[in-house]
Amino acid sequence: MTMVRELEIGGTHTQLLVEELTRTQIVMYAGASGDYNPLHTDEVYATRIAGFPSVLAHGQLTMGLTARLVTSWLDDAVLTAFGVRFSRQVWPGDTLTGTVTVTAVGEQDGRPTAELMLITTNQEDQTVVSGYARVRGE
Amino acid sequence: MPRFQFPVEAGHVLCFARAVGDDDPVRYDAEHERTIHRGGLSASPTFVAAVAQFDPDWPYRPRPGQPWYGSGRGPGTPPPGAGTTSLHAEQHYEYHRQVRPGDVLTVERSAGAAWEKHSARSGRLRFEEEITRFTDPAGELVVTARRVRVITGGPAEGLT
Repeated sequence: MTMVRELEIGGTHTQLLVEELTRTQIVMYAGASGDYNPLHTDEVYATRIAGFPSVLAHGQLTMGLTARLVTSWLDDAVLTAFGVRFSRQVWPGDTLTGTVTVTAVGEQDGRPTAELMLITTNQEDQTVVSGYARVRGE
Repeated sequence: MPRFQFPVEAGHVLCFARAVGDDDPVRYDAEHERTIHRGGLSASPTFVAAVAQFDPDWPYRPRPGQPWYGSGRGPGTPPPGAGTTSLHAEQHYEYHRQVRPGDVLTVERSAGAAWEKHSARSGRLRFEEEITRFTDPAGELVVTARRVRVITGGPAEGLT
């Protein structure tokens, strides 16, 4: 793993976040988060009432998967901010890959800090979420 | 909007971590060397989204004795307010400190900014911010969350 103080502007890290997302993982997220919206949990409702091709993942599930880009790459990072824009729906069977790019490095109260740009794409290389994170090394 | 309490429990932190593919031992193994080095168990970065479990007004949870619009014997019914679509457009978190099992957070929501845009494809789009503040018993901010919703007059397209 990498330490925050080792980061350099322009450095990147790419990681597979989920391979062929399952309906079961969407159900796990519904159960853990408390968001039981039938668009995410009920294939019959999602297709016959809402008119979607299937259930779709919670945007927040994709955001949670995207957080792994930072927390599994940077050994000592404490997140101080994290934000995303949801740009495309995520469906069962999608494979998501995230890329993080270091956009700034600094120091605060004697501890290293960094600003990161995050992009998560699906198997067709379409962006599903994009955002930023700010981290501090411990 | 009402204030309510969000008790952060170790089992909930574990279940949430599993759901987002977060297998870091700091989420579930208090005795792990890495957890001890990191100052104890802590929740995944987006864990506070699970505040929905404790929100008395959360609409996306079936309740005993009340109709639910998902499928049962039939395919379900359109939700109340159908005709407009509310989509989650953005989500932002500011972390003032880490969330840890044992925390009892007080949750307060307030409306933020609202604005409108015109889109050739979707017509009039209304954006609304909602700010959620999570504070500890000493009144110190732990996390500030800002959700941006977009409300359209037509069916859902492009967003989640």
